[in-house]
Amino acid sequence: MTEKHIDEVSGVSTTGHEWDGIRELDNPMPRWWLWTFYATVVWAVAYTVAYPAWPLLTSATKGVLAYSSRGEVKRELAAARAAQEKYIAAIKAKSVKEIEADGSLRDFATAAGAATFRVNCVQCHASGAQGSPGFPNLNDDEWLWGGSADQIHKTITHGIRFADDPDTHTSEMPAFAEMLSAGQIGDVSAYVASLSGPVSDPAKVEPGSKVFAESCAACHGANAKGNRELGAPDLTDAIWLYGSGERAIAQQVRAPKNGVMPAWGARLGDVKVKELAVYVHSLGGGE
Amino acid sequence: MLDVEEVERLEAEAVNSAKVRQPLYAARKKIFPKRASGQFRRFKWIVMAVTLGIYYLTPWLRWDRGLYAPDQAVLVDLANRRFYFFFIEIWPQEFFFVAGLLVMAGIGLFLITSTVGRAWCGYACPQTVWVDLFLVVERAIEGDRNARIKLEDAPWSAGKIAKRMAKHAIWLLIAIATGGAWIFYFADAPTLLGEVVTGQAAAIAYMTIAVLTATTYTFGGLMREQVCTYMCPWPRIQAAMLDENSLTVTYNDWRGEPRSRHAKKAAAAGESVGDCVDCNACVAVCPMGIDIRDGQQLECITCALCIDACDGVMDKIGKERGLIAYATLNDYNANMALATGNGAHAIQPALIRQPGGRLSDRVAQFHLGKIFRPRTFVYTAVWALIGFAMLYALLTRERLQLNVLHDRNPQFVVLSDGAIRNGYTVKLLNMIPEPRTVQITLEGLQGGAMNAVGTEQAEGETLAVEVEPDRLKSLKVYVRQPRDLMRPGSTGFRFVARDAAGDETASYDATFIAPEASK
Repeated sequence: MTEKHIDEVSGVSTTGHEWDGIRELDNPMPRWWLWTFYATVVWAVAYTVAYPAWPLLTSATKGVLAYSSRGEVKRELAAARAAQEKYIAAIKAKSVKEIEADGSLRDFATAAGAATFRVNCVQCHASGAQGSPGFPNLNDDEWLWGGSADQIHKTITHGIRFADDPDTHTSEMPAFAEMLSAGQIGDVSAYVASLSGPVSDPAKVEPGSKVFAESCAACHGANAKGNRELGAPDLTDAIWLYGSGERAIAQQVRAPKNGVMPAWGARLGDVKVKELAVYVHSLGGGE
Repeated sequence: MLDVEEVERLEAEAVNSAKVRQPLYAARKKIFPKRASGQFRRFKWIVMAVTLGIYYLTPWLRWDRGLYAPDQAVLVDLANRRFYFFFIEIWPQEFFFVAGLLVMAGIGLFLITSTVGRAWCGYACPQTVWVDLFLVVERAIEGDRNARIKLEDAPWSAGKIAKRMAKHAIWLLIAIATGGAWIFYFADAPTLLGEVVTGQAAAIAYMTIAVLTATTYTFGGLMREQVCTYMCPWPRIQAAMLDENSLTVTYNDWRGEPRSRHAKKAAAAGESVGDCVDCNACVAVCPMGIDIRDGQQLECITCALCIDACDGVMDKIGKERGLIAYATLNDYNANMALATGNGAHAIQPALIRQPGGRLSDRVAQFHLGKIFRPRTFVYTAVWALIGFAMLYALLTRERLQLNVLHDRNPQFVVLSDGAIRNGYTVKLLNMIPEPRTVQITLEGLQGGAMNAVGTEQAEGETLAVEVEPDRLKSLKVYVRQPRDLMRPGSTGFRFVARDAAGDETASYDATFIAPEASK
């Protein structure tokens, strides 16, 4: 501090420093400001006593209020779970059809099912449930094993061709490469393709229909409309699980792929599977 | 008419005068404003009654909105995110109306300030109004200025304690009523009053009352003029809006000076004196503790009580009113030039007077025409423009709204018959407090048909939807178009919502997505 200097204009003493003739007034801090500052100091000290603050060697002081943000999250999660209880109890007690009939319960189940779907199902059925070759699109209106809420529920619970579940859907399409000649396979593929669109060689259709009646109609039906008891798809529509066109059909006839879906009943539990069924049924193709 | 010598002289010192400005750490010097009477005081009583009346009574006004909405005329329903103002109901997304009102209030203040100066501060500011109210209580219990000064200086006695306790108790009651009235704007007032009294109201209600009670009591009772001088940014901002044509409370020293308590003696001695008799009446009534004769000061809130006080004295001694008056800087400067011969010499009262003693015709006076100038026209025009724009928006706003979101994944679904289906989330906003049946129709999508999840209605071009009063209804809607009518890529079409009972409609331009042609 240099010697005391009083500013002539304001009558206030300056800090004593001077920069090119410019001096800084030494006005006192306002009282209210000072007291607020002291209060914040007291508050800060009290805060470190009340809340976790001081770092120790391996942990930190817990604070007398024993607060922790993790504990708060735990409480909030517990509260959220408690709020879900009544819906979960209702879902447990009701069938999928009954759940869908109850507006708020349906909304809850749809949202919960969507969450479960994103974790467990998107790996095969894709994030919008639109599937990919070999994995069915769940938005459309063709269902291999039935598209009612109860049928969807059964499929999710027991899976498809899933060895560990005795109630799983089991039927498989045999490989016709050993039973039919290459010509017959070409004919029947042309016939099946002709049911939903034009074919390369219309002459093959007539002999193909005979092969179909002998070898395929048993499962796919005389009119090729499929059979859900056996998971045999409708061959007359626009939806093809393993690809459309004669080549893809011939490939499937020769050496069929028989997709497998795990049984989810035991893994996810009854409530989650019902929620999934409600969600899948709500995607627009449900029957 | 009183002789000049007989005018009561008050021992009053301007505690906040720039001449005697205190160091910042000095304790506040108390101000004991004397009761004033006159036209401005009367006007201030009226403003006070109106503003306090509006504040305390508004939440109790009822307004019938039917079965499905609250019947409180003015209600900020935070829990349900609705704001009710008589016949207007505002949803959160319509908050721009409130923003518009704030902009109008701001420009209104520009206008008021540029014409009549700090009128907001002097008449309508809650700080001024509540300090006035607190002063009424103080005067009723402790008496007017001199009695209060005497009581302040008196040693503590039973009488002094009783008076002080009574005063602070009534102040606290007013403060509680003030804080209490605030919360009634946020819930049904009669219900909330019952809950508050029986201790069943929400904790936030009690906290709000406590905080506002504390601020009202502290600001209105204890801090008073310090709030305006030290805490409020408004005086600084308002000062920037004043110009040389704005009315401000002015001491007309061109006719007041040289002031003298002994006008007769001076006249006898052949000296010329001004109209100011130095009675200090203007200082004694000032709630800000300043002497207006020192000129324009930051502290002055232009409450005009000094005008009343001075006019009273001028009436008594038979001089024209207006020694202290609302005047513009232009007029003041013109008159000052007149009195000083354009600054050539000191003020000579004779120069502004006619031979008969009345004020000269050359003295500039304020008249209403001076209000009309480009600045006030621009403010008025902008203010009115925003007002009309808001009015137009209010009168034409839609009470039925429709929003549509296309599913992002999958964008479309091929159905077994080759048709294409798109999924949409349709949100219907019924913004009136009545249940409505809304007919949704597809327009411009050839062969398009839709159905909604959770309804029993058959797929078709229209969909009837029940919407609860004052609620948003969210629907999952699937739209299907047959293969033979399909156009590859994106096709624009429109969802139209129509109130089944009325003629209100809303529409949304949506897109129908089909596979690209190459596929």
